[in-house]
Amino acid sequence: MAKGVWIVAEQRDGAFRKISFELASTARKLADELGEEVCAVLCGSGIEGIAGQLGQYGVDKVFVADNPALEPYTTDAHAAAVAKVVKENDPAILLLGASTQGKDLSARLVGKLETGMATDCTDVKIADGKLLAIRPMYAGKCFGEVVTATFPQMASLRPNVFPAVENAKAGEVVKFDPALDAGQLKTKVLEVQKDASGKVDLTEANIIVSGGRGMKGPEGYAILEELAAVLGATVGASRAAVDAGWRPQSDQVGQTGKIVSPNLYVACGISGAIQHLAGMSSSKFIVAINKDAEAPIFTKADYGIVDDLFKVVPEFTKECKKLLA
Amino acid sequence: MNIVACVKQVPDTEAQIKVKADGSGVEEGGIKWVMNPYDEFGVEEALRLKEKNGGDVTIVSVGPQRAMETIRTALAMGADKGIHICDPVFDGADAFATASALAAAIKGIPYDIIFCGQRAIDDDSGQVAAILAELLGIPQVTVVTKFEFAGSSVKVIRPIEGAQLLIECALPCIVSAQKGLNEPRYASLPGIMKAKKKPVDVKNAAALGVTVSAKAKVARFVPPPARAAGKIICGDDPAAKAAELAKLLREEAKVI
Repeated sequence: MAKGVWIVAEQRDGAFRKISFELASTARKLADELGEEVCAVLCGSGIEGIAGQLGQYGVDKVFVADNPALEPYTTDAHAAAVAKVVKENDPAILLLGASTQGKDLSARLVGKLETGMATDCTDVKIADGKLLAIRPMYAGKCFGEVVTATFPQMASLRPNVFPAVENAKAGEVVKFDPALDAGQLKTKVLEVQKDASGKVDLTEANIIVSGGRGMKGPEGYAILEELAAVLGATVGASRAAVDAGWRPQSDQVGQTGKIVSPNLYVACGISGAIQHLAGMSSSKFIVAINKDAEAPIFTKADYGIVDDLFKVVPEFTKECKKLLA
Repeated sequence: MNIVACVKQVPDTEAQIKVKADGSGVEEGGIKWVMNPYDEFGVEEALRLKEKNGGDVTIVSVGPQRAMETIRTALAMGADKGIHICDPVFDGADAFATASALAAAIKGIPYDIIFCGQRAIDDDSGQVAAILAELLGIPQVTVVTKFEFAGSSVKVIRPIEGAQLLIECALPCIVSAQKGLNEPRYASLPGIMKAKKKPVDVKNAAALGVTVSAKAKVARFVPPPARAAGKIICGDDPAAKAAELAKLLREEAKVI
């Protein structure tokens, strides 16, 4: 019978991504309810040394495939490796991150393992001994409670939503042979072009300062960049601003952009079109600064200021600078 | 070259979504249906590839009768023919069932490159392209913002957190499209007229030899959790309001 709560941990350049600890902590919670073990799969090259760190977040056992063909990540190699060890061990639950890598890998695994998955979940629990996964659909305009009839019951977890909690367990490291067949590896990463700005991706940011049509033009964003620098935030944009060419597409928050869940989302000059609200309403705190008191963004905001953002934002930046000094 | 583009009909991004009283789904009344925006990028890229290298573009869609409008839209943009997989057993089907239906239809035709949207904006599950690739036994490159055909392979750009990857992938393969890949064209009036005469094969599950066994199921749809009413910071002085906001975020919300 399928048993155990498994995660696929994610690392890049030999360091764990934060989502790995969020996955481990969440798996621990579920496993404790079921009275079962937490196991992790870790794939990469030269990563055996870091595997044990997962023990600090509640992992009992880490299955490690350490092989040059597993670095950098490709779907072919990682899906083959993870599917092999999962099939051999028959876990009840398999969790991945809904990061760019996790989304790519998890969907391929659904095909390989012939099972079902709830994507980009914001909550998971055990109900009647089964996984109940809660996920936004229609970009958060409604939620679905998903149950999976097959094993493993898979879910990918939205980054930044689940807490990473230290809870030391054995973290025993077990090596496995991914048995990769070079003939099956059809994709190759030719180049990794790192973002020179070094800014945190919107999907991983703790604070986002976002601007919309009210910024009046690309120059308007200078005051948001200043605020972001003070807060250690990432600058985002509404679809209107991106479509107008004021900001790059990678900055767009919303139903056809990025779905974000920072601790703090500061919406400046954003009216709050439904497709924008859909992309940011799982933020923990929302601030709206807009001169139109009727703007729908105020229905989602925890704190609102109805005023000219070009007057408020620079003052707010000054205040934050003072507080954080 | 044989190019396939998979499309799904979805509610428009501005649509209000209302959950049915019994939680069994969402109300469909009053919804304006459109081609999934990410699939539009896939169709556009398929057409550009055909225009440059020759070949034809087949549109494949799983959906109820109304999905035919979306197939016709893609044909009006310039695609050559369509396959409409139409069977009530696929209503509310999970990603695996949808991918199985697409795989069965696509196995029956020649293909070199298959384009999909990176996700559909209704169920947001983003799984179909990868499952389809697995069922066809071909590689995938997902969430692609730049595409280049290079003879026996394709080269794509795939953005990840803090970087972008240049990936080469052997043919045949599946490419899932992300916003930024291109600017989809509008159907021209002559295009719309021509589309009416283009062939669309309508198939049900039995004709494709597909049986559906639900794996993941949305047991209940629920409205999003309501947010408590917020606090509007009042006053005439922008500086005073900004100071109050900073104080609240620091002391009450504890987020800065």
